[in-house]
Amino acid sequence: MPGKPKLHYANGRGKMESIRWLLAAAGVEFEEQFIETKEDLEKLRSDGLLLFQQVPMVEIDGMKMVQTRAILSYLAAKYNLYGKDLKERALIDMYVEGTTDLMGIIMYLPFQPPEAKEKNLALITDKATTRYFPVYEKVLKDHGQDYLVGNHFTWADVHLLEAILMAEECKSDILSKFPLLQAFKGRISNIPTIKKFLQPGSQRKPPPDEKYIAQVKQTFNV
Amino acid sequence: MSGKPKLTYFNGRGRMESIRWLLAAAGVEFEEDFLETREQYLKLIQDGHLLFDQVPLVEIDGMKMVQTKAILSYIAGKHNLYGKGLKERAFIDTYVEGTTDLMQMILTLPFSPPEAKKKNLPLIIEKAKNRYFPAYEKALKQHGQGFLVGNQLSWADVHLLEAILMVEEKEPTVLSEFPLLQGFKTRISNMPTIKKFLQPGSQRKPQPDDKYVATVMKILKEG
Repeated sequence: MPGKPKLHYANGRGKMESIRWLLAAAGVEFEEQFIETKEDLEKLRSDGLLLFQQVPMVEIDGMKMVQTRAILSYLAAKYNLYGKDLKERALIDMYVEGTTDLMGIIMYLPFQPPEAKEKNLALITDKATTRYFPVYEKVLKDHGQDYLVGNHFTWADVHLLEAILMAEECKSDILSKFPLLQAFKGRISNIPTIKKFLQPGSQRKPPPDEKYIAQVKQTFNV
Repeated sequence: MSGKPKLTYFNGRGRMESIRWLLAAAGVEFEEDFLETREQYLKLIQDGHLLFDQVPLVEIDGMKMVQTKAILSYIAGKHNLYGKGLKERAFIDTYVEGTTDLMQMILTLPFSPPEAKKKNLPLIIEKAKNRYFPAYEKALKQHGQGFLVGNQLSWADVHLLEAILMVEEKEPTVLSEFPLLQGFKTRISNMPTIKKFLQPGSQRKPQPDDKYVATVMKILKEG
């Protein structure tokens, strides 16, 4: 169906999940084409659809966009989730880079050798509770507002919620020392578009399982 | 205290170099504070200057900005190097992510063990020749103008020039099959602000040496 953005990726979270979150938060319907085999990926490449031979790729507004961050920035600006001026944008960018770094560590966990898993889980918990969450807790505390930037809902809020939920999947009480983040989580989760995305049946993907990991390793030579 | 942006980083390229390039291309004078000891670094953290306890740090327009990509986006937006409109911006962002991925591989090379270094350098050159440079050669061909996006210099052009020069330092003939990139390199290098930055005595930093690597590792207590 023309008009809707179309997402090309594996049938799982990975780097595409933040894009799904942002589209959902903006209330934008989207289609997905899943890459399940090496041949699927090769076809995208040989058809010249992937600028750097990589996914995520999102077909939107006549473009075949690649590079996660570029796609997210475009969507944020298009759907009015990028703040109102250069300085708000700068804050949003900084906060998003932080949550990107945190989610990046978590994302690679399932692809580490089993012996390294326990050590890496401890590393994630440590980084989340000593480097990242204190920063966002302080931001909320200092301005006393409901949202991270500019007293309105932005990409930074969506991204932080995604990071919080992902971290909680690693350790369910990871927010125990962060009361403002707990309240933030409750608040943002109840925004209608986000509430809908958090319900079963949405296009939100589950945490990676053995089957997904094996498929990704095979298809993408990871 | 002047109104000039102030950069805090190690006295070398690393992640700050792209920021130096962009400020220079925009004709913006800047000051630098070099991290030379772990104590300096810990003090910055203690004093609450580093949002995520990391550098680069750029003090600009009353903000203490961290996170390289955020800083670069702000400078590009402020100095008219981010194209006109959402779509040009999208192209610039996409191109910059590609050159970031390429330069990142070279950036981390000096910090990997010697066996890994030997193995990884050919892989990087291969990626440059087969994945990245073909994409930019094609982009220039399709766009048919002197610049990657729109019809004026943008962040994407500055970043691509930086990437080209960085790869050429490792493999001088890397552009041999990319005539448009060769022309691009010459053209962008000759733009006055960039030409100035490429001359000796500018704030451009040299390639990392063993001393630099040792300093960084000592300050960050890595490895």
